Amino acid sequence: MAQLTYREAVADGIAQEMRRDENVVFLGEDVAAAGGVFKTTVGLLDEFGPDRVRDTPISEQAIIGAAMGASMTGLRPIAEIMFSDFFAVCWDLVANQIAKTRYMTDGQCSFPLVLRSANGGGSRFGAQHSQSVENWAMAVPGLKVVAPSTPADVKGLLAASVRDPDPVMFFEQKSLYAIKGEVPEDEHVEPLGVAKVVRAGDDVTIAALAAMVPRALKAAETLESEHGVFAEVIDVRSLVPLDTKTLFDSVSRTGRMVTVEENPRLCGWGAELSSIVAEELFWDLEGPIVRVTTPHIPLPSADALEDAVMPSAEGIVDSVARLVD
Amino acid sequence: MVARKKAVAQEPGIDRATRLKLYRTMYECRVLEQRAYDLFMQNLVKGTSHLALGQEAVAAGFGTAMRKDDYTFCTYRGHNHTYVRGVTMTSILGELMGRECGLLRGKGGSMHLTSVEHGAMGSYAIIGAHLPVAAGAAWSAQYKGTGQVSVCFFGDGTTNIGAFHEALNFAVIWKLPVVFVCENNLYMEYTPIGEVTAVENPAADRASAYGLESIVIDGNDVDVVYEAACAALDKARRGDGPALIEAQTYRHGGHSRADPGKYRPDEELQAWLARDPIPMYRQRLLDLGISEADVEAIETETDATIDEATEEARNSPPPSVDIAHIDVWADGSASWRN
Repeated sequence: MAQLTYREAVADGIAQEMRRDENVVFLGEDVAAAGGVFKTTVGLLDEFGPDRVRDTPISEQAIIGAAMGASMTGLRPIAEIMFSDFFAVCWDLVANQIAKTRYMTDGQCSFPLVLRSANGGGSRFGAQHSQSVENWAMAVPGLKVVAPSTPADVKGLLAASVRDPDPVMFFEQKSLYAIKGEVPEDEHVEPLGVAKVVRAGDDVTIAALAAMVPRALKAAETLESEHGVFAEVIDVRSLVPLDTKTLFDSVSRTGRMVTVEENPRLCGWGAELSSIVAEELFWDLEGPIVRVTTPHIPLPSADALEDAVMPSAEGIVDSVARLVD
Repeated sequence: MVARKKAVAQEPGIDRATRLKLYRTMYECRVLEQRAYDLFMQNLVKGTSHLALGQEAVAAGFGTAMRKDDYTFCTYRGHNHTYVRGVTMTSILGELMGRECGLLRGKGGSMHLTSVEHGAMGSYAIIGAHLPVAAGAAWSAQYKGTGQVSVCFFGDGTTNIGAFHEALNFAVIWKLPVVFVCENNLYMEYTPIGEVTAVENPAADRASAYGLESIVIDGNDVDVVYEAACAALDKARRGDGPALIEAQTYRHGGHSRADPGKYRPDEELQAWLARDPIPMYRQRLLDLGISEADVEAIETETDATIDEATEEARNSPPPSVDIAHIDVWADGSASWRN
């Protein structure tokens, strides 16, 4: 095991896959010589050279389109979109082309590619550089959607995403880049579509993703120490494919579910989980399903404002305590 | 300032067999799309479709010049570009009619014809999307050193969308083996391209912005297209990077099934009909000493083939509804949860 930051784990995961398979190539803005604006790809150019690690112009459609064309002709590209908000300028390529072309061509084409991006709030970047857009991707058939919460999962889930035969949207939470954690030094691959119980408890299930996982864990500690409530925390990890089995195992035992997501209120992924549980696990529930989300607003920039509106450990505690009381 | 090429057919440059192939291919495209039109009129083709009647010389010239393993990327006006790579008439008509024998078994339709085994890497129905995708396939060929070239067809309207400019810049800086072919048929959908474009030649006048040669060719002269295609393909294959070719042509019909094309001045239409690439080339073959009998043999054979293909497609059943629920993912499934 090595102690790596979340950002170092990105380069570690990419390097592991590039060493294994020479068809893995990597492109994006400032990813090669500069090592990424978030320093997530430092060292890759030196190790793999300019044919495999390539800087691009600020041309998101060209980046995603090139990744698509390369993937359908035998390469396994990893493309970086610097901020996930920028998917809005190349969404045609993502949602209309990459996601649908396998289906429309009766299965003739494969798109084994990974679209990595820095997602989410907490970095005081304002409304156009802080969005949590994993629910955009989740709404489109044909895209797999992954969002790790720990350095180990960054490496393992990124490796699995590269090896996956389908397009994977890989959302790194930018406020987590500095966190440290144990990461296996040997080959490390975590299967997609498997949620992880990161804290056991019998009173309530809290389903969270990416930066909301550490907040949910912190809330669970407070719930135990101050309210005597034992919360089970599930790191959803992958929205598509979705591990409903782990979720159902937990909720059928606790009888209560709270989802914690950064998305603005309407149509966040927590709504889909809530709908599935309500339809299929209704008779096991002991109370209403509760969603903790950002309000339906663009994210403000100032730290005081951003902190006030994003889900916090305190906010989670309040929601859960009200539900359980 | 780069010189603009106004290429003319060089009579001795193209051998007899190639000329017959060019004629045959154009003629096949013509009867295929005329039949598609007839089938719309009989309501056997649903939805929309975008015919390239009148523009066959571009598809035939490039299709004949391309290497078997080169890649084609085209638009929703892509029946001909797909057909010339070796796809059967039956599978194209079947796809238009939504039948089991269709190229995509009815899952794509007229606007998405694709045959990967023939290098026809897709028909893209949202303007501009496929230019960067074609560049990506060229990147793959460059990376693997296969010598393949990616050829990307699009209309004049595409030159005003961002992806066109992103893809050109990208292809040039990476020196990718890709040939961008603008089929300038003078209209973006219902609007004359000149009314909505800052320059006279929508593609060629933008070439210099990307350090490319400005090339305008007569897209109704299949010899000219063929020679321009050979030159651009050779250049790309040699590793000398992309080319942008503007082929001037004209669609005989409207933009799509819904459009009778009445906005076009009659004298303009008549002038272009007089320059129909197929009779024009037929006459050239005769002038070059190819016998009427040889030309008629191609026509008779093709007329029979289209009838057989039509019957086969008409007799093919609709696809099983089960296939609506497969092939979202590479494992064949549409499953998103356990």
